[in-house]
Amino acid sequence: MLIKEIQKILDAQLLVGESLLDTEVHTACGSDMMSDVLAFVKDQAVLITGLLNQQAIRTAAMMDMVCVIFVRGKQPSEEILEVAKENGIAVMTTSYRMFTACGMLYEAGLNGGLSTK
Amino acid sequence: MSGNTLHYHYVVPGDDFTRAGMASSAVKQVLKQLGLDPETVRKMAISLYEGEINMVIHASGGEIDVDIDDEKIVAVLTDHGPGIEDIELAMQEGWSTASEQVRGLGFGAGMGLPNMKKYSDYMNIESKPGSGTTVTVMVNIK
Repeated sequence: MLIKEIQKILDAQLLVGESLLDTEVHTACGSDMMSDVLAFVKDQAVLITGLLNQQAIRTAAMMDMVCVIFVRGKQPSEEILEVAKENGIAVMTTSYRMFTACGMLYEAGLNGGLSTK
Repeated sequence: MSGNTLHYHYVVPGDDFTRAGMASSAVKQVLKQLGLDPETVRKMAISLYEGEINMVIHASGGEIDVDIDDEKIVAVLTDHGPGIEDIELAMQEGWSTASEQVRGLGFGAGMGLPNMKKYSDYMNIESKPGSGTTVTVMVNIK
């Protein structure tokens, strides 16, 4: 799935990372707890989160993820977007809630990755 | 870089949680530029990031020293915070003394030190209650 398809499915607003729209991704994870993302995620490319701070972006960067999606219509600050630019991460925001956003992407073919059940 | 050791020193400010992770990001950038394989880079980046977050949450910041040679990356994280009373307990997954406020920021799930152990090839903690903590993590270069 391309990042621009994710944007379309979630009716999301792209805030940073236009150049990444044609990047292909296969896996995603949804979490508000960054320690869990760092502990259990492997090779997932997309982070879906309700945690609105710079650490959400930094965590994604540490894990080599390429896209962060904020749910429930959360609008990240300029500072957060700046960290995303520095790290080459696409950022979008969707008005869907976490469960719904994850479900829609799963149904469309994104999965949780090989190392997860 | 044959035979050489690269040394980097970072000061981690303790007053601003939102900025925590800047040193880890900088180290990750250095490792990438050295052309190390992505798995090695990621292991070190995650270990350092968890350590850096710990420093800010628990110890009002500290310092990080990173040495890189042909075989390994070694990071020493030093703080002058309250120290760890029971290291064995602190190493248990899920055990945390972090505040509700920290949990609201996405950390404090009691995974920090276990994650550092999980992703590093060697880890050592020295701590004295009242005088601070020094954590050493090492990742072998493949």
